[in-house]
Amino acid sequence: MKPQTVKQAFLRSVPVMAGYLVLGAGFGILMRGAGYGALWTAAMSLFVFAGSMQFVGVGLLTGGASLLTAAVTTLTVNARHLFYSVSMIDVYKNAGAYKPYMIFALTDETYSLLCDGKTPENTAPEAFRFLVSLFNHGYWVAGSVLGSLLGAVLPFSTAGIEFSMTALFIASFTEQWLSSKDHVPALTGLTGTLLCLLLSGREHFLIPAMGLITLTLTLLRGREEAKV
Amino acid sequence: MTHSALLIAVMAAVTMLLRFLPFLIFRKKTPKYVSYLGKVLPPAVIGMLVIYCLKDITPFTAPFGIPALVAAAVVVGLQIWKRNSLISILAGTAVYMLISQGLVYFDF
Repeated sequence: MKPQTVKQAFLRSVPVMAGYLVLGAGFGILMRGAGYGALWTAAMSLFVFAGSMQFVGVGLLTGGASLLTAAVTTLTVNARHLFYSVSMIDVYKNAGAYKPYMIFALTDETYSLLCDGKTPENTAPEAFRFLVSLFNHGYWVAGSVLGSLLGAVLPFSTAGIEFSMTALFIASFTEQWLSSKDHVPALTGLTGTLLCLLLSGREHFLIPAMGLITLTLTLLRGREEAKV
Repeated sequence: MTHSALLIAVMAAVTMLLRFLPFLIFRKKTPKYVSYLGKVLPPAVIGMLVIYCLKDITPFTAPFGIPALVAAAVVVGLQIWKRNSLISILAGTAVYMLISQGLVYFDF
């Protein structure tokens, strides 16, 4: 692998680093409090690798949920991942041997770093995307294990650092807005989700929002494709 | 403990299923409709995630979403100005932390 590819992939992944280390640590601390040590934490961060689902998962573990409940909960909390995969089919088309891992590791944050399909100059695109996924996975596992082992010994308050994930999505949204002339998809996502949040409340709005977005974009297909 | 391990295995398997399913279904040839969705979904989904992250804002009770909205404005402003995501994210997060920890005040 070219050093330039590794370097550029690392730079691309930096915005996710702080958020994953800290949120991962939060997860490790939560698991410790629920009676699950570093090995359990590491296993979950390695194999599930889905931030919000893992936090929900702590509740499933401590509540002794049934396997069916766990399956249905995961299905609803993570349904949005179907969206990510659908829109990465073309981008990941030529990923070869990297592809299975890249699909496995396609989190919200990795998606927002890679979904524009662009890669820096002088890098191997497939290796670049693979490494961004791998670095992010590494931050998440490292953060959660550190949180489990060290607990709450940090010398300064990190309250509010979880906003870095929100900031990442806002920056991606702004960047896509600036680099595209067609703002209809972006506005559909923003207003459709806001509408569903207001109508169905903050617990259950994501799945209706995904339905509304898909429906709206499907109805607008003729108009949208005429623009290109 | 066996049950815990099984629960984790189920969460991992269902998450993987969701991530792999579209790739498996459209393995051979991507239908035009799916390619279209692949093109228009990214901005829409990022918009959805922005709202998702801001869902816990309470517009009618303190702090009225002020830390998040001020920090969000910083991110948008810097991104338009510098076009550098790393700078926008670091500055926005720092602003959010300062306000929400009460080190900087924004009250009117």
